[in-house]
Amino acid sequence: MSVLEKVRPRQEPVVRELRVTDEHGRRIRVWELVLRYALLLAVLALTVGPFLWQLSTSLKGPTEDIFSSPPTFLPSHPTLHNYERVAHTIPVWDYALNSLKVASASVVTNCVGSALAGYALARLRYRGRGVATLVFVLAMLVPVEGIIIAQFTTMRELGLNNTLIGVVLPGSIGAMNVLLMRNAFRNLPYEIEEAAYVDGATVWQRFWRIALPSVKGTLAVVAIFAFMGAWDDFLWPLIVLSDPDKFTLTIGLNYLHGTFANDERLVAAGTVIAVAPLIALFACLQRYFFRGVGEGAVKG
Amino acid sequence: MAGVSRVRRQLPTSPWLFAAPGLIVIGAFVLYPFVSTVVNSFTDRRTLIPGRFVGLANFRELLHDDMFWTGLRNSTLYIVGVVPALVILPLLLALLVQKNIPGITFFRSAFYTPVVASIVVVGLIWVWLLDERGLVNSLLEAVGIGRVGFLSDQWLLLLSAMAVTVWKGLGYYMIIYLAALANVPRELHEAAAVDGAGPVRRFLTVTVPAVRSTMVLVAALSSVAAFKVFSEVYLMAGPSGGPAGEDTTLVMLVQRTGTGLTGRVGYASALSVVVFVVTVVLMLLVLRADRREET
Repeated sequence: MSVLEKVRPRQEPVVRELRVTDEHGRRIRVWELVLRYALLLAVLALTVGPFLWQLSTSLKGPTEDIFSSPPTFLPSHPTLHNYERVAHTIPVWDYALNSLKVASASVVTNCVGSALAGYALARLRYRGRGVATLVFVLAMLVPVEGIIIAQFTTMRELGLNNTLIGVVLPGSIGAMNVLLMRNAFRNLPYEIEEAAYVDGATVWQRFWRIALPSVKGTLAVVAIFAFMGAWDDFLWPLIVLSDPDKFTLTIGLNYLHGTFANDERLVAAGTVIAVAPLIALFACLQRYFFRGVGEGAVKG
Repeated sequence: MAGVSRVRRQLPTSPWLFAAPGLIVIGAFVLYPFVSTVVNSFTDRRTLIPGRFVGLANFRELLHDDMFWTGLRNSTLYIVGVVPALVILPLLLALLVQKNIPGITFFRSAFYTPVVASIVVVGLIWVWLLDERGLVNSLLEAVGIGRVGFLSDQWLLLLSAMAVTVWKGLGYYMIIYLAALANVPRELHEAAAVDGAGPVRRFLTVTVPAVRSTMVLVAALSSVAAFKVFSEVYLMAGPSGGPAGEDTTLVMLVQRTGTGLTGRVGYASALSVVVFVVTVVLMLLVLRADRREET
């Protein structure tokens, strides 16, 4: 269930004079409306302003004063110079590619792995199903931060530390995603699959042709959160990657900040490169992001 | 249900094939590391040296390690500082964006942007904003307050990091509250309004009791996250945790102690066990809150 859809009103016709009504069709008084918009704009400045300031800093040339008081919000001569510089300073596009590889791999493994396991937990009957479910529930309760050192030693034992595969593996099939898929499959009516069973469909056919297409929405949520989680992750790649060639964007940015902290324009350009793809993704797929919050936090 | 018994008849191996990838990944990278954390906490293992059993030595060392107490203090302070703000502010924000006035979906999405951004991006944005010569200090100077060393004082640093955590979390909890608010019956508000209750009164007597279980849920979720804080403080105070390491959090200490080629895996595992125990206690509160919500 999408939070937004739920909150959205039945479209009340806005007619006659300038009249704004609330979700129950009652009129909102003008002073209340003004107050609301004033507050909304203030919060907007607080939440989005910092991103815009970073963007503005990244577009300011070397001769422009970025420390002035009172501050100048718009660059007087916008330039992409800093983006060229950041690419010369660190291999930022290679890092972006590494992040993209890690995030894409995480999307594929999470979608495939949690759909299969979720289906097994929801629909198939076999001995040990309860235990299997319990394994995923327990795994969801284990805080990553509490086992991260052991994950690191495990990766060393497997010879996968300092590789991108090592970055992907621990989060490749999230227990939370498995349980989300399980819930989605359980909410499907049995009858359709039953009919397919009578027609002689195998387990695999029932899963692939009937059940999976019906849970596309949840699958999209899993995909988006897997992408976002992998793209934004910091602690684990920081621990497992030591070779600067293998860095993902977040680790590369941390390195950039640690080494060139005094070059604010440069760091700003780097952060814009790192955040722009996700903001674009969010702008396109908002409803799945919100839906994920609802399913993950409240029902999970 | 008839379907259940019929679906039951099938090859016995296939269910396990379906579940296998998930079980293998969880087993190898969650459950095995968990067991190995507990085992290692009783050894003096290092990254390159297999450890010997040392009993409770690591835990005894913890008690005399000033850094451990600093980390525990900061992580606990983080809960105290962050959780009340994250319980109350997103609720007020949700009330602000609940009414469907023109353009409201834009505002809802915009308020969610910090949630989407990586914590590294967010941390670095605020490092620059709170810099000695950054925007916030420029504005403070312009209005005559003067510059504040947000990132140089031990306590201001911790407070700034908390503010960043709250800033990044606002949108997420706002969405959770929006879902809860949609279920508050309008009649309650109307009845209260008829009785002459003003907006503040109605908020306290109608809204708060109606979303109480959600508030408990948010409190538990955000306190678990707050106790495990790492990135914000790491980025803003630096890897060594601010002046004299005084801003080190527990997870920062785990990371600093246990990684790299000289990492003290045994000792870091003992620290991890402490992190684990505290978060599980906090998480049991989540489950209890959830259960209370269902009944």
